[in-house]
Amino acid sequence: MISMLELQAAPPGVRLGFDLTRISAVAQSIRRFGRRFTDRLFTSGELEYALSGSGLCAERLAARFAAKEAVIKALGLSETGLNWRDIEVTRRPDGACGLRLHGRAAQAAEQLGVQSLVLSLSHDGDYAGAVVHACLRASPDPDNDIP
Amino acid sequence: MNSSTIDLESRIRNVLREHGRLNRDASSLDRDADLYQSGMTSHASVNVMLALEGAFDIEFPDAMLKRSVFSSIAAIEGAITELTAA
Repeated sequence: MISMLELQAAPPGVRLGFDLTRISAVAQSIRRFGRRFTDRLFTSGELEYALSGSGLCAERLAARFAAKEAVIKALGLSETGLNWRDIEVTRRPDGACGLRLHGRAAQAAEQLGVQSLVLSLSHDGDYAGAVVHACLRASPDPDNDIP
Repeated sequence: MNSSTIDLESRIRNVLREHGRLNRDASSLDRDADLYQSGMTSHASVNVMLALEGAFDIEFPDAMLKRSVFSSIAAIEGAITELTAA
């Protein structure tokens, strides 16, 4: 009988990131900092979508902020020095969300050997959450430590 | 520690008190205490960054947008000193 099973933290080549963001706190940031907050964090496409639903702006932006943070966690980019707009949440015609990387985020992902990034967003009450699943090439660049 | 350093530190503490969502009093926090361990979320660190930019008339370049730059009062002070000396 097996009494204990030691499991790997994650299979090689798989990374996971999760973030939870308070929607009311994002709404407060929008009130306090206005466009300095929104333009610093979000692309024009993200803002256009957030503003397109009546009364859903803070909710949608909170989910997108959570997604950006989840990517940073999944790929270990907290010390890379990133513009948040380099991580963009996109929407497909069927409504599903995806991710597009630009600038340093794209470079870092390439260096890590990222093959796919899958995003799932959710919100309930005052919280928006995002999970990002990253698949890396089996033999990524051996010098893949992102500064 | 000279008076301008104390003034800088107290202004940073004021910003943290208002925007950092810390679970302890920013005025009594150790200079090297980890702000994330003291309750600051990643979203609160964005608010802190924007408030610091307003308070000190500076702009953090992308290269400085790292978790470590906002990890303690001492680290923030170092970044502001670097930006205002430029």
